[in-house]
Amino acid sequence: MSGLNLIQILNGLTFAALLFIVASGFTLIFGLLRIVNLAHGALYLFGGYIAYSVTGMTGNFALGVLSSMLCVALMGVVLDLGLLRFVRGFELRQVLLTLGVAFVLNDLALVIWGGDTFSMPVPEMLRGAVRVGGGFYPKYRLFVLVLGLVVFLALWLLLNRTRLGALIRAGVDDAEMVEAMGINIRRVFLATFMLGASLAGLGGAVGGAFLTLYPTADAEILVFSLAVVIIGGRGSLVGAAVGALLVGLLNSIGQVMFPELAYFVIFGPMAAILAFRPLGLFGRAA
Amino acid sequence: MDRRQFLKTSGLALAATTTGTISAPFVARAQSGPIRIGLMAPLSGVVAAGGREIVEGFNMYWQEKGKSVAGRAIEIIEEDDAGNPDTALQKARRLVEQAKVDFLFGNLLANTGLAVANYVKTNGVPYFIPVIAADDLTQRDRVRNVIRVAGYTASQMPRPLADWALKQGYKRIATIAQDYSFGHEQCAGFAQVFTQGGGQIVGQLWNPLNTADFSPYIGQLANMNVDAIFAMELGADATRFLKQYSDFGLKGNIPLLGAQNFTDQSVIRTMGPECEGIISSAHFAEGSDNPDTQKFVKAYSEKYGKLPSLYGFSHYSGAMWVGQVIEKLNGDISNRDAFIDAVLNSQLANSPLGRPVRFDEFGNPVYDVYIRKVQKNADGKYWNVPIETYPNVSQFWTYKPEEYLKSPPFSRDYQGIKK
Repeated sequence: MSGLNLIQILNGLTFAALLFIVASGFTLIFGLLRIVNLAHGALYLFGGYIAYSVTGMTGNFALGVLSSMLCVALMGVVLDLGLLRFVRGFELRQVLLTLGVAFVLNDLALVIWGGDTFSMPVPEMLRGAVRVGGGFYPKYRLFVLVLGLVVFLALWLLLNRTRLGALIRAGVDDAEMVEAMGINIRRVFLATFMLGASLAGLGGAVGGAFLTLYPTADAEILVFSLAVVIIGGRGSLVGAAVGALLVGLLNSIGQVMFPELAYFVIFGPMAAILAFRPLGLFGRAA
Repeated sequence: MDRRQFLKTSGLALAATTTGTISAPFVARAQSGPIRIGLMAPLSGVVAAGGREIVEGFNMYWQEKGKSVAGRAIEIIEEDDAGNPDTALQKARRLVEQAKVDFLFGNLLANTGLAVANYVKTNGVPYFIPVIAADDLTQRDRVRNVIRVAGYTASQMPRPLADWALKQGYKRIATIAQDYSFGHEQCAGFAQVFTQGGGQIVGQLWNPLNTADFSPYIGQLANMNVDAIFAMELGADATRFLKQYSDFGLKGNIPLLGAQNFTDQSVIRTMGPECEGIISSAHFAEGSDNPDTQKFVKAYSEKYGKLPSLYGFSHYSGAMWVGQVIEKLNGDISNRDAFIDAVLNSQLANSPLGRPVRFDEFGNPVYDVYIRKVQKNADGKYWNVPIETYPNVSQFWTYKPEEYLKSPPFSRDYQGIKK
């Protein structure tokens, strides 16, 4: 066995970048709306399929990614206004409802795109590999790493430097108080839901190129996202970033060094964190 | 007439008429009523795409026959096993006990097939398994009424590929396979023949089913300093592995050999140049120039708008095999033992393989196995083209069955590797 090297660390980092993109949307919705959106994985997969179809038709990668984000954001609106509105405040019903939506979306995807495995076409300039420390490394994965950093920066600026960000942060701490200040918190909720959903769409489009798209891809990414959010703490952007880094690196290192324990290496630490810090590393009591 | 005599005669008459009225229509129904077939396939879940092709291939044969054989209508009852052994068992029970099917067919995943095989072991219902490949079903734990019509054992197909690899001069090979029995067995078939021929298995990697990211494995494979890599993946894992193998620049640098499912149409149908040139071994090659094969490929493509995969092909051929036997028996399959014997002693003729196929004495078919290469066809689609043929490959390769069966069954820990 070759053990660890630069390539494996890069693998962990690039996987972490994708996980961050998906999990940041998850944690935003979880933190502000108090909804464990189990349909997040299904939105990811749908976004991937939409991006695949649009890119296939137009040959334009960026257009595929954007249309995926837009469509999935709209699906988020429908989900929030059309369904979740009726179970507002009932946490268990919300969770069950999103789970049901996830099943429906999965079957819908199976009907529309069939069960074959697709992979999102990548533009010419991102194909191939570059030399990194004595080995080859795919350009596309480096692109995902950079994209993850960009998304982190953009979200950080949004949350800390804009009015909407201030409202979202205030809402995470005390939604009732925000409403009492004369702010329409419903609109903030909706904007957050759209933002979170579009991040799932972005993740699906970008991840679809190297993790491929197939039935049940949603459940896998959802489990990883849950782990990230639980480790990082709900509603915390920095927590999502740290959680994604931990899970991504543990995943790569675990597969190399303890292949028999590949899953334990991720979920063992998660259980330990839950036991000693139930709110996650960066979570705060509501 | 005294009373006793009256009772005797009337009793006899009554007996005669009742048995007459009950048994006569029963016999007539067994001969002329429909033959009911229970077809199980995963139509939901991870392997739903393969499951659909099972149904397509199976139905295609019976539709060609006008849904009747030897004057008896064929009635197919489809059930979704969801790729789950519990569901498969429940559906098999329902098909046998409530729908009263004459025999069972299908399933895709080994664990679903084993669950059903265990069930029919007790009641003797014939069960035909074109793609359930668990070695021991036709080896150490053979069940007589579980028959691999147009099927194969897992370790059977990769053996010729190992021999071919030795002839290419490959000395050091690493393997990567999905971590479950189908992966262990296929890998072992390859590793056993390769090491007995003087080759060395440098390392064996096992990835969990549905590995999202193959890069950690590919990173290790790249550093093993090998002449070639043998990969056994199917479904989405295969697509991802091929894609990432090419992304990391290994394609073209280290030759890639695959088990038959690795480059099956169900995998390469949606792929681009990443899959070109991969070598694999199987009894079926949709790119073979055999006229019977091409006739089937053309008919299937026209009907379903895609090239046939192993799943579609195997169920088409399996249906054909059983259909031919029913025809030979003039539609009378009421005697199960005679039916099973007739199947085991029969040969598959006129199949898409273009050559007759027979069973070995353990109920597993003997095939001519192709070494195949993925190439682009005239329509710009990728398919598997034979480049060499190994005739008469049985599940025991060149070993004597009695001696072979003394060795332990293959597992992750026992790969038959000669040290």
